[in-house]
Amino acid sequence: MSKLTEYFSNRFAVQSSVLPFVVLLFVVTIACVMGNLVFDPSSIFYVSTYTITLLGKYLCYAMLALAVDIIWGYCGILSLGHGAFFALGGYAMGMYLMRQIGDRGVYGNPELPDFMVFLDWQQLPWYWQGMDQFWFAMIMVALVPGLLAFVFGWLAFRSRVTGVYLSIITQAMTYALLLAFFRNEMGFGGNNGLTDFKDILGFSLQADSTRIALLVVTAVTLAAVLIISQLILSSRLGKVIIAIRDSEARTRFLGYRTDHFKVCLFVYSAVIAAIAGALYVPQVGIINPGEFSPLNSIEIVVWVAIGGRGTLIGAIIGALLVNYAKTRFTAIMPEVWLFALGGLFVLVTLFLPKGLTGLVSQLKQKLRLNNTYKAETQSR
Amino acid sequence: MTILKGAAEFMRPDQVWSFMQHSHADHQINVSKQVILYVEALNLSFDGFKALNNLNLYVNDGELRCLIGANGAGKTTLMDVITGKTECDSGSVYFGQTLNLLERDEAQIAQLGIGRKFQKPTVFAAQSVFDNLELSLKTNKGVMATLFSKLSSEQNDRIYQVLETIGLTQQCLMLAGALSHGQKQWLEIGMLLVSDPRLLLIDEPVAGMTAQETERTAQLLTSLAGERTVIVVEHDMEFVRSIARTVTVLHQGSVLAEGSMDEIQNNQAVIDVYLGESQ
Repeated sequence: MSKLTEYFSNRFAVQSSVLPFVVLLFVVTIACVMGNLVFDPSSIFYVSTYTITLLGKYLCYAMLALAVDIIWGYCGILSLGHGAFFALGGYAMGMYLMRQIGDRGVYGNPELPDFMVFLDWQQLPWYWQGMDQFWFAMIMVALVPGLLAFVFGWLAFRSRVTGVYLSIITQAMTYALLLAFFRNEMGFGGNNGLTDFKDILGFSLQADSTRIALLVVTAVTLAAVLIISQLILSSRLGKVIIAIRDSEARTRFLGYRTDHFKVCLFVYSAVIAAIAGALYVPQVGIINPGEFSPLNSIEIVVWVAIGGRGTLIGAIIGALLVNYAKTRFTAIMPEVWLFALGGLFVLVTLFLPKGLTGLVSQLKQKLRLNNTYKAETQSR
Repeated sequence: MTILKGAAEFMRPDQVWSFMQHSHADHQINVSKQVILYVEALNLSFDGFKALNNLNLYVNDGELRCLIGANGAGKTTLMDVITGKTECDSGSVYFGQTLNLLERDEAQIAQLGIGRKFQKPTVFAAQSVFDNLELSLKTNKGVMATLFSKLSSEQNDRIYQVLETIGLTQQCLMLAGALSHGQKQWLEIGMLLVSDPRLLLIDEPVAGMTAQETERTAQLLTSLAGERTVIVVEHDMEFVRSIARTVTVLHQGSVLAEGSMDEIQNNQAVIDVYLGESQ
């Protein structure tokens, strides 16, 4: 029986790293909000609106990294096309924001967005219908990428496509979408994408309060997604997922339909990526086909690798650190950034196969061993 | 017209659609003829090489059967066909009298109660011994069911019972990847046991085991027979002699001889192709 209690306390120990992180996330968010609202711009505690928006953007990236970690770190599905789901979620939000502009556009057309007037379109395409309703747009944010992930996953996992081949198809998927969204005829603004947003749910996107609200919503969503994912992955379902990663054939011979599990997890992950995209667009104010670029998707994988895959927190920390470094680096010497990122990836794969979180737990273990060693020598 | 007819047939009120029928309804294994596994006229070729050649095999319920044969005789291929990993070219494989295994996939076959141990010990290295066994339990294995499943006290007892049997109680919380080779073999056998299978297919259980471990494995397998049906593929003739009542010799994809160990050893055909090599 003591074995059993030990087992459950072990299981709880894994979960317990999530709660401190959520607390930290909320503390930082509240501190930033307070810093912006309470303090005077001359005070050292003042947090500029620029910083608030930047933080919100980072948290969206963190959510995206979390999505990739769930399928790569836990199920071994290396998706090099997760940027596509992020971008689709972003486009759905962008369409809603576009419809909110109304007659305040350059051409003043109350029905059609500017780019459609420019292309001389007479009426709204069918897939733009209903996107002026917030609730409908939010459903589409999850539904469209979820459906794509379902169809894609169903076809790929049922035919037992795995490993490098799967990575290549995901890459091809995002590239195909990139090319499609570049076309003006698609009706998504072509090369320029969707931009010039004015307001969301009636609140001006330029207002400080809206930006703060968006940051808070992003932080809360990230925390919720993190906790839900942790709960899912620590259930028996999570064990099956890890089992599939380590030996899919064995799992199948135990009686699990591994393709069903993979499809479900892939859809879940895609929906998280899409939500991240939908939160990202109002904060940066633009969505264009560049988000579908295969390079973006590969970058996400680098974040996860650096933070440590297979640990939800690791992916989030990796995304935050790398993006902070990116902001800094591209301000100081932009031409070096890509080399730095590439170099970082090589170094991490060579020397830190478990990423930064792996390094931390390694150091902790070393410290503990040292301590027990010291205690033993002292007791002699 | 045919579509209409098809639709009318489909919508007939006096039937239940096959996809809505309860899938466990027909999972009763009919062993009224005392035979649990029927393998008949099985053929399979890989690029012209006949891996299985008109193979016939009948295994009685509760039997412990050993399959022997030289490399490439088709032992592992036969297991692959039975467990749904490989599709055969022609032939039939029935589990009991009614369950056609050829129209089911690996997961369905496993759920019918056919457990398989691989040649190379395959356990989930990143998870504890306990978790490995928990995953193997005989439960509902759908996605939603696993998400909300909780370990019942009976299941917990069952796991501890199996841990006892395979002698890994002490290692219960250890990661399976940290076990020794022999212990991994045992864990994999334990994973089969905990799922309560009717038929166990065991590929080279004693490869890489010490003499002591081999002896314990032999004891375990003999104790399983009777209640369950066990098919063992093994190269170690000493081991086969210690457990087998009936031995089937495979040669070039078909059955060469069948009988007790003594009969097999005195069978001229077997001596020529298999035992002869080692003498």
